[in-house]
Amino acid sequence: MTVIDMEKTAQPEQALHAGELQRQQSREQWSLLSLVVPALIVVVLIILIPVGWLFYLSFVGKDGGLSMEHYLKMVQYKSYARTFVTTFQVSVLTTLICILIGYPLSYFLALLPPRWVGIFMLAVLLPFWTSLLVRTYAWLVLLQKNGLLNDFAMQIGLWDSPVKLVHNMTGTLIGMAHIMLPFLVLPLYNAMKKIDRDLMFAAANLGASPVSAFWKVYFPLSLPGMVAGSLIVFVLCLGFYVTPAVLGGGRVIMVATQITAILENQFDWGAASALGVVLLIATLLFLYIAGRLFKFDAALFGKN
Amino acid sequence: MASNNNSGSGHDATALPIHISSLTKKYGDLYALDSVDLEIRSGEFLTLLGPSGSGKTTLLMAIAGFNRPDSGSIRFGEQEVILTPPHQRNVGMVFQSYALFPHMSVAGNIAFPLKLRGVSAGEIEERVTEALETVQLSGLGERGIDQLSGGQRQRVALARAFVFGPRILLMDEPLSALDKKLRERMQIELKILHRKLGVTTVYVTHDQREALTMSDRIAVINHGRLAQVDTPEVIYNHPANAFVADFIGESTMLDLDQDKAGNLTYKGSKISKPPSGGNADGWSLVVRPEHLSIMANGKASTDRTIVFKGTVTETVFQGETAFSIVAIDDDTELLVRFGTGSKAKSTYPQSGEQVSVGLGRDDAILIPREDQP
Amino acid sequence: MNWWSSPASDTQVTHGDRFWLYVVASIIMLLLVLPTFIVIPMSFSDSQYLEFPPSNWSARWYEVYLGSTKWMRATATSVQVGIITMLVATPLGTMAAYALFVSGHRATRALFLFLITPMIVPVILIAIGVFYAYGRAGLNNTITGLVLAHTAMAIPLVMIVITAALRSYDLNQERVARSLGATRVKAFFLITLPQIRFSVVTAALLSFLTSFDEVIIAIFVSGGVNATLTKHMFSALRDFIDPTIAAISTIMVLVSTVLLLLTQFIGAREK
Repeated sequence: MTVIDMEKTAQPEQALHAGELQRQQSREQWSLLSLVVPALIVVVLIILIPVGWLFYLSFVGKDGGLSMEHYLKMVQYKSYARTFVTTFQVSVLTTLICILIGYPLSYFLALLPPRWVGIFMLAVLLPFWTSLLVRTYAWLVLLQKNGLLNDFAMQIGLWDSPVKLVHNMTGTLIGMAHIMLPFLVLPLYNAMKKIDRDLMFAAANLGASPVSAFWKVYFPLSLPGMVAGSLIVFVLCLGFYVTPAVLGGGRVIMVATQITAILENQFDWGAASALGVVLLIATLLFLYIAGRLFKFDAALFGKN
Repeated sequence: MASNNNSGSGHDATALPIHISSLTKKYGDLYALDSVDLEIRSGEFLTLLGPSGSGKTTLLMAIAGFNRPDSGSIRFGEQEVILTPPHQRNVGMVFQSYALFPHMSVAGNIAFPLKLRGVSAGEIEERVTEALETVQLSGLGERGIDQLSGGQRQRVALARAFVFGPRILLMDEPLSALDKKLRERMQIELKILHRKLGVTTVYVTHDQREALTMSDRIAVINHGRLAQVDTPEVIYNHPANAFVADFIGESTMLDLDQDKAGNLTYKGSKISKPPSGGNADGWSLVVRPEHLSIMANGKASTDRTIVFKGTVTETVFQGETAFSIVAIDDDTELLVRFGTGSKAKSTYPQSGEQVSVGLGRDDAILIPREDQP
Repeated sequence: MNWWSSPASDTQVTHGDRFWLYVVASIIMLLLVLPTFIVIPMSFSDSQYLEFPPSNWSARWYEVYLGSTKWMRATATSVQVGIITMLVATPLGTMAAYALFVSGHRATRALFLFLITPMIVPVILIAIGVFYAYGRAGLNNTITGLVLAHTAMAIPLVMIVITAALRSYDLNQERVARSLGATRVKAFFLITLPQIRFSVVTAALLSFLTSFDEVIIAIFVSGGVNATLTKHMFSALRDFIDPTIAAISTIMVLVSTVLLLLTQFIGAREK
């Protein structure tokens, strides 16, 4: 009979093979780590160093010394304030439109029998895989003064003379919502798929009508997915460049647009960097808060 | 008892003994393995039995080489293997999930270890056929894995693990994915296969019945320590401590007192003398339901029988056996199990009935008392 | 019982009850898909102006595209950069994802988060940062510079796809292979890789598209003879609506559609 003596505990220092095992363990860890190194180098070269450099530049004043002047300018000049407001406005509105459109769509997809999902999912995936430049172009064509949408609306008598739908806020929001929608639908759909069907049965069994079962059980459970999706959309909107630049036609100036404008017109690296740093910090802040509030990497990475 | 008659010299071409000493593995502050010493004899079927998180799988993975311990020694025969990478350890391994390669046929799976060893094509075919025959899957070599039933997959995993002639076979809960009937049949088949192959087998399970059915010896493990290592009979009939007594089989534990004469007593009535050679602070009596019998009310203890008096709370019919719960005092209930046979239900003890419960003195199991269960 | 009143769920909700949901969802799906395809008929218009439906059909804008040295060069650059990016990012991302998935080291999470920063940091910031750094390193307007930047953008996608694949894969298979005598490297190539191969292909296609469709970094760091298709398209869009863009867009839509259908087909095969 072998019963271990309760008092006997191993002394790690003089324990059998402890040193070799330790070395073997760290050798294995390092060899695994070496597989990560190439990717790490690329990300360091393309993200860490350039962004770090810009961070430094944002604190270099006109005279070459360290200064806060670029950040102070943002507080002082009205044009900056307008840009921030526009950026925030466009991001919030786009996110709201995406929720409004994306929720019913995700719900529809989540209700589909499995064999149909693949086909209907293409409606979400196809835009996702199509160049955003092409989609922006398509909206430009559709929304222009004598474009398809105006023609159609006048034919059925919605309005009499062509309405300006593009090169303004309307066009920007339509284009942005179209481009961002998949980023909301995919995590939301995944969250809805994970809702236990038995819960709906339980709700019905306990006397809830389908409508109240939806609002009291299904909807709250789908919220984390919706919040995750909305955050991705919101954060992506904050730094968006192409669509506002094309569909906004110079009337919707967002942070990214202003950064390029500063570089093109004034070649002021300090000012452009400072604006970029503010954008980055805002993005990280939102993601951090979201990460605190919700476990949303699951929603983000359970994509496939 | 068991580990004293160590048959380390008895290894032959088909099997190797495993010597494990002071094996320690810590996760943070928690000991997954706390200085484990274990001698596994050449050719034996040893089961590591314990609740989940007890360290049994950690120990098995350490033997296979997938879990690097912090310190200690693992020897296969004379050879120290603790630093050997898994692919050079030459042990067959069967996982709970079978882990069959879905992109290969049945034959492809079984041929895999042979190909890695550079065996010639002709011999591979021969040995795969032979292995398929051994696990009663002759003719299924060209099947895909997804065309097999659960039991068949299990057999393929087995064939793959022994086809290259390892002298040690490790199995991690290999039957837990099967339904009860099939599992019980596979238990017997595994036992027969083990006898045929003669290979040292280490088997992990949390199912005590499976362990009792299959093993030559059982190592009961808890909190990273071995609680008892012995044959199934000894483990069941002479548990070394409260954990083993509680984990294996059903039991009720009664804390005993000691009177002036040194006799152990329960609520004043004498049970036995303390076991010779034992020096514990106190003793508990382990009572197994099948050792108890219900007797007519009013019987008293004799030289051969200890009698408890009580009231039947409930009687439950379970098919081949039935049991009664008998309250012998306010906070103690005994489970009494009896065969049903052709006994009519009306003769079962009825709720509320006053009965005497007898325990043969030979069946009284004494273990050192522990404060925690 | 007809379809309308037949139960749509196990809680006796009928398809009729869900009628409006179906209508709304169908409209949304049409709105998602149609705008993308509208470029196809436009590209076959004979007119200078964009009219719909086109009054006269012609392939003149394809002729313009195919006959233009500028567009052809740009297409060649984009395809070249896309393919090299794919060939670099796929193994790099796969290696990293595998190592981080298997190691279980404390630093894994932090490393993973760091490696997906290209997805988190606003692209405009990456673009101007890379533009500035390349200015110092002499990498602006080079294929190398573009590939390097696009590889960084593709690595997170590859890692997410591969990590998802590894999650639904039984790592014990690799353990078994090793117990049967395979080294770790052999076990990966003989057992793991064949089973995640479809995900690797998906990751590769995504990397190609990421590079091929990328606009902002290309606007800043590509130029001259090495300007990409997207850079030229973007400047054309900002200045005036050139119907040639419709022709190019049609080609790009077709490429995306084919690649997407390919991954869906592959995904179905995998199951």
